[in-house]
Amino acid sequence: MSDLFLPILLILAAVAGYKLISDVPSLLHTPLMSGMNALSGVTVSGALVATAFAVSTQSQVLGCAAVVLATINVAGGFLVTDRMLKMFKREKL
Amino acid sequence: MQENIYKLLDLACVIGIVSGIRLMNSPKTARRGNLVGAGCMLIAIIATLISNQIVPAKALLISMGLGAGIGCLLAVYVAMTQMPQLVALLNGFGGAASAIVAFVVLTGSTAAISGVTRLTGAIALVVGSVTFSGSIVAVAKLDGRITSLPIILRGHFILNLLTLMFIAIVIPVAAVASRNATIMLCVLPIVLGLIFGVLLAIRVGGADMPIAISLLNSLSGIAAATVGLTTSNFLVVAVGGIVGSAGIVLTKIMCRAMNSSIIDVLTGKTALSTTARASAGSVDAGTLSKTTQGVPTAESIAADIDEAGAVIGGAKKIIIVPGYGMALSQAQFQVKQILTRLEAKGKEVKFAIHPVAGRMPGHMNVLLAEAEVPYDKLCPMESVNDEFRDTDVALVVGANDVVNPAAKTASGTPIYGMPVLNVDEAAYVIICNKDTCPGYAGVKNPLYLPAKNIILLLGDAAETLGKLLEKL
Repeated sequence: MSDLFLPILLILAAVAGYKLISDVPSLLHTPLMSGMNALSGVTVSGALVATAFAVSTQSQVLGCAAVVLATINVAGGFLVTDRMLKMFKREKL
Repeated sequence: MQENIYKLLDLACVIGIVSGIRLMNSPKTARRGNLVGAGCMLIAIIATLISNQIVPAKALLISMGLGAGIGCLLAVYVAMTQMPQLVALLNGFGGAASAIVAFVVLTGSTAAISGVTRLTGAIALVVGSVTFSGSIVAVAKLDGRITSLPIILRGHFILNLLTLMFIAIVIPVAAVASRNATIMLCVLPIVLGLIFGVLLAIRVGGADMPIAISLLNSLSGIAAATVGLTTSNFLVVAVGGIVGSAGIVLTKIMCRAMNSSIIDVLTGKTALSTTARASAGSVDAGTLSKTTQGVPTAESIAADIDEAGAVIGGAKKIIIVPGYGMALSQAQFQVKQILTRLEAKGKEVKFAIHPVAGRMPGHMNVLLAEAEVPYDKLCPMESVNDEFRDTDVALVVGANDVVNPAAKTASGTPIYGMPVLNVDEAAYVIICNKDTCPGYAGVKNPLYLPAKNIILLLGDAAETLGKLLEKL
């Protein structure tokens, strides 16, 4: 894969993020933000790989800490977003 | 071959996450969107485990279990009122995780690392550390552990500038440093990042929190995206990039709603200093009649509540304007009771939500949704602001700066030019605020001057509304 692939991907992702969020109504800004927050825990994927290939014990311990923190971010983020979204109800007619 | 399958799977997950975010456009589909995002993330994590043959590594599985457990406990047991803190805390964890990953890659791997890896690694260290320390300070502020007023150190601006300058020097140096120069490579970016995060966040005061929170949210995405570049991880780059730019968009929306720029917020221009706050009295619009205001007594308060009850009783159309005061006194439940009562009497009731009311983007909507106010009643400022003109009563619950008409006239004050809700155009304004002190921005509110069509009900909003409810 070419060296330019990831930077180009990053730019595409940034454009996608820009377009996606511009359409979200202010009503949902909090759940949106907390959902985004959960997604930023995607770094867990990097943490898993980095730790699996780490050699020294120190690196492995740190890597495990990163995995714990990122998983808290992911699990807590998605769950709390769901908890909030569950509360948004329409008027019963 | 197999590697390509996992690449395709990653791509599918990214597409899934994007479509999940698209579903967040509407409250009807948002919950599904969040589940789609979570599902894709789960698949992506499992794919990472299998494709890298990590499954036998027990320590990692235990770490994930531990993290998931703590995350679930936090999400389930934290009260809705503590949502801003929780979002900021989780955000800080994400930032810290990214910084640690970069650290592990830069120091731990035996393979040779390229300049690009070192460069992106150093950036991830800085941004992740800023996210972490900034978020932790924000949590402490939101949780009332440290003052929510801006804390300004002597020479704060210079300190910021110096830190930024050092960061600008350290990152390229780290990129070309030799492998053995681990300290330069890792410790300096971390320390500088941590310092900058603290400097950034302590400067931000309460009402600017929505901007700070969404900025930190964006930073956590940027940290993830750069770590993705460091580790050549397709998934992390794509998702981190989306989150980073999404956060910037949200930050821009918040800034527009306050008529300020991100620089203004970070340099504390949006709030007056304490001394200026004390002398801010001379800037009011002066359009309202100025008679001397008596000190409220128990009788006068009861009389005011009677009057407010009568005014609301005669009204056909009412717009309720919530602010951070509603969150503080937990008055959303009383607000909901008032809504039910008024609607039972055939009155038209709406809510006008200012984009930066509260402590995080969309804060008021979440609180009112918690109190089971249907979301179709929650109107954003742009769509409802012209309606105050033909509204009988504007009921303000704990909002100050966002309804302050001085924003239109008092040039030179921090809120000048900030779009506000036009409650002053309603036939009557009933204000349930704690006191008549200037809001966070320190600008006196002309609505507090005695006028025939304004009724001030001072005190705890939940209590006041409870009493008001009895009169309806």
